[in-house]
Amino acid sequence: MTQQILIAVMVLGVIGAFFAVVLYFVAQKFKVVEDPLIDEVNEVLPGANCGGCGKAGCRAFAEACVAQGNMEGLRCAPGGEAVAAKIAELLGCAVEQGDPQVAVVRCNPSYCGDKRRSNYDGLTSCAFAATVYVGESGCAFGCLGCGDCVAACQFDAIHMNPATSTPEVDEDKCTACGACVKACPRRIIELRNKGRNNRRVFVCCINKEKGAAARKTCDNACIGCSKCEKVCPVSAITIADNLSYIDHTKCIACRKCVTECPTKAIHDVNFPTPAKKAEPKPAAAAPAAPAPQPQAEAVELKA
Amino acid sequence: MKTFKMGGVHPEENKISNDAVIEVMPVGTQMVVLMNQHLGAPATPIVQKGDKVKVGQLIGEAQTFMCANVHSPVSGTVVKVEPVKDAFGLMKLAVHIAVEGDEWMETIDRTPDIKRECTLEPAAVVAKLKEMGIVGLGGATFPAHIKYSVPEGKKAEYLIVNAAECEPYLTSDYRVMMEHAEEICIGISILRKALGVPNAYIGIESNKPQAIRKMQETARQFEGIIVEPLKVKYPQGAEKQLINAVTGRKVPSGKLPIDVGCVVSNVGTCFSVYEAIQKNKPLIENILTVTGKKLPSQHNYLVRIGTTFSEIVKHSIGELPATTSKVISGGTMMGKAIVNLDAPTVKGNASVLVMDEGEARRAPETACIRCGKCMNACPMGLEPYLFSALVNAGRTEEAQQNNILDCIECGCCFFSCPANKPLTDEIRLGKGRVRAMMAAKK
Amino acid sequence: MNLLNVSGSPHVHSDESTKKIMWRVNLALMPALLVAIAYFGLNALLVSLIAVVSCVLFQWLIEKYILKVPTTIGDGSAIITGLLLAFNVPSTVDMMWIVVIGALVAIGIGKMAFGGLGKNPFNPALVGRVFLLISFPVQMTTWPVVDGIFPMNFDVATGATPLGAFKEGSLGEGVTLMDAFLGHIGGSLGEVSALAILLGACYLLWKKIITWHIPVAFIGTALVFSAILWLVNPEQYMDPMMTICTGGIMLGACFMATDMVTSPMAKSGQLIFGVGCGLLTIIIRNWGAYPEGVSFAILLMNSVTPLINRWCKPARFAA
Repeated sequence: MTQQILIAVMVLGVIGAFFAVVLYFVAQKFKVVEDPLIDEVNEVLPGANCGGCGKAGCRAFAEACVAQGNMEGLRCAPGGEAVAAKIAELLGCAVEQGDPQVAVVRCNPSYCGDKRRSNYDGLTSCAFAATVYVGESGCAFGCLGCGDCVAACQFDAIHMNPATSTPEVDEDKCTACGACVKACPRRIIELRNKGRNNRRVFVCCINKEKGAAARKTCDNACIGCSKCEKVCPVSAITIADNLSYIDHTKCIACRKCVTECPTKAIHDVNFPTPAKKAEPKPAAAAPAAPAPQPQAEAVELKA
Repeated sequence: MKTFKMGGVHPEENKISNDAVIEVMPVGTQMVVLMNQHLGAPATPIVQKGDKVKVGQLIGEAQTFMCANVHSPVSGTVVKVEPVKDAFGLMKLAVHIAVEGDEWMETIDRTPDIKRECTLEPAAVVAKLKEMGIVGLGGATFPAHIKYSVPEGKKAEYLIVNAAECEPYLTSDYRVMMEHAEEICIGISILRKALGVPNAYIGIESNKPQAIRKMQETARQFEGIIVEPLKVKYPQGAEKQLINAVTGRKVPSGKLPIDVGCVVSNVGTCFSVYEAIQKNKPLIENILTVTGKKLPSQHNYLVRIGTTFSEIVKHSIGELPATTSKVISGGTMMGKAIVNLDAPTVKGNASVLVMDEGEARRAPETACIRCGKCMNACPMGLEPYLFSALVNAGRTEEAQQNNILDCIECGCCFFSCPANKPLTDEIRLGKGRVRAMMAAKK
Repeated sequence: MNLLNVSGSPHVHSDESTKKIMWRVNLALMPALLVAIAYFGLNALLVSLIAVVSCVLFQWLIEKYILKVPTTIGDGSAIITGLLLAFNVPSTVDMMWIVVIGALVAIGIGKMAFGGLGKNPFNPALVGRVFLLISFPVQMTTWPVVDGIFPMNFDVATGATPLGAFKEGSLGEGVTLMDAFLGHIGGSLGEVSALAILLGACYLLWKKIITWHIPVAFIGTALVFSAILWLVNPEQYMDPMMTICTGGIMLGACFMATDMVTSPMAKSGQLIFGVGCGLLTIIIRNWGAYPEGVSFAILLMNSVTPLINRWCKPARFAA
């Protein structure tokens, strides 16, 4: 009996020792050297895996940060400055500075909803609809309204407005990760600086058709008349391919272009309504153009 | 009777315009000729505002490999060279011509005589096809001169003429066969000799017995043309399926028909080859079916390419019925829905098909019950339900591994799906993503 | 003029729809129901009605109040589940309330818990049936005696099924093959008449709702396997023809193993599925604790269906 126990103990002991040795060598052989810093950086990140940084996910971003040793060219938009500061602290480098941004939908189709020109009956996907036809609005540059951007957003920050079948961005939730920008087959959405007090001016159209054709396509299309370009005091506006573009880094939000635009294609958001007269500058501009104001109010919900 | 081995469906044929003799559509006052009427890069316009052009004059030149010449379908003055909205509302470069008279190029033989002799060398035939801007009229508008330039190291063994016309409603091929059988056979002979193959096979579905008889009678006068009646099954007219039906061969994944020694041409293309080679007439006219269950009359027209859809509608039936809900260029299975009726026709257009409310709307999608009907209907032996799931989940790589690129987009899966899932749409989306992924990897 | 509709091709659709398929299956189940009513009287009709109504009701309640999705009771799939559940229980008075629990399990756990029609891995009716079999073994194996056509007495005269009797050692005396084929035997409500089930199956085959692969593989395998056993020892094992005509093989092979949602899609996969069902059924019948094994066999094969789907791909046109 004792002998049997002894044999069993010995056999198991030898087997155990043998596998311990094997495991040791295997562990040595396949050892993965990983900087513990990666885990630390990963901990700091928001963990949404939105892909806005251009990496495959948060972990990949952390690896890139650690591999590079600094944060040059690496930016986690959802995390913002708080996260950037933490990562910089971990890495021991300077914080990459950037103005806070927000996604801006640059389409204001006049021919959508009840006024649409055709009826789409296929797969609910902008990427697919773009291969089939021009879009319900009839504009070859405009929003297709199938919501690829809404599906791409990891932060529930962009939603379709059923009345206009155009997406609207929830500014508070938008982290400027850029997922919607990539998802849009028409490249309508752009990341723009949030601006002081969130006040922004932008051209809400990317139609490159010639003036007459653009106007035929949409009442609110940019017709490339260059009135805005002339009125801009800081030359932030350029016209290319019959389309006006406001450089958000130069714009001082004086809103002169907004009142000048004949098709109301330039939108301003988050400015106080003229009745309040909060600031002298917009108040001066307001009486000159009472018309664009309701428009501004309407888009305040947007963008 | 022969047919392809795998999958396929049988949609309602609706060949209601079968007996409408080809009429000639009068020329309007202005013509818009798109520069991109074929598969590949757009042609480069070589005329300017104010230029006078004649019928058949070259106005758009093919400057890249995958491209085809474009000729003026009318005589008159070039008004402008500017983008215009095509049938799908997208901007395409076009030459706008104000029509003045009907003055043809002197080189074009407009006599009604049939010219049977052709002494051109194969290389000269191919050069002429290129010069005349001939493209495949079966739908894909593949430039003919590329198809008939057999690459080094490959040999053509079969010329297969696609006269299956398996698409519902379309009758333009049928009418051409009934009215121009001899010209078609001459065209086939020219192509057969150019390729150096012993026999050409004309595949015709058995729902066109008169066309089979007519072609058989005519083919007897020619050497090496064999008429092959085929069992009615869609997509018989798809290149790979037709090759399989006629020869039993299978074109491997990612390969071209020439890799299995086959060249396939549409019967309408053979007719335009005859006109191009024997009559020096470029591809400036198209045979187009105007059809629809609710239309007062059915038509087949010989239309100058560049006539707008609305002109065709106006001339044939006056105006669209009030209940019209979809207008399709092509058949119901692979045709494209048109949104802009003021757009000009292009080389590949085979029909103006008007669908009524009840016919056109898709029924609401319900849950997939994994019945496998899509899989059984797929003529390529693929799994559409799987692609649908993978595409919706964004698993592009797996879709590629499951050979999504083999899909010929025939639409059999959507057609047979009891849950009304837009399978064909989803697969197209997935193919686009796979191609983008492959391009990004390169 | 109306707005023009746009979509990708194709622009036509066959007249097939899920709803049509489901209602046709319901129609195909009618012969078996009629035979059940003929042999077991109004009890059979009552049990079926209760099962169907409760299945539909549970699906409606779950969709409306728990999942909060549009209700889909109109597609007829809950009715199939209800009918099949009823077909798989004895038609005794006790079953009237038990079947309601079965319906709740079948619809609630078997189907809606996975997301509804098309997403359930197991045949819902069988989930319900097996749940009942394990929870109420006595009631679920108390079989009413068949007493001529259209019995008018509702006394609980009970007897054994041929399979049960066989398990006990008596060879099912007095039951001829013809009785089993026509349904003049004890058993669950809808499984007794092979003839009625085959009639329904023929209709489904004609309408191309099922293919021959699963039923033929299932019944064929059961036949061959039991024939081998029978040839080895006719004393111990049952006659092969008797084997396939009694119990749930016919009903299972024609209506439950062929359930589109839970069976493989490729023809080759369907053959494997059918063979597996057949083998498991005979194994459970002969060496298992239960006299009948169709439900377990199908549920087990249901569980490997995703694997079969992965392995059995259709032949590619251009390999």
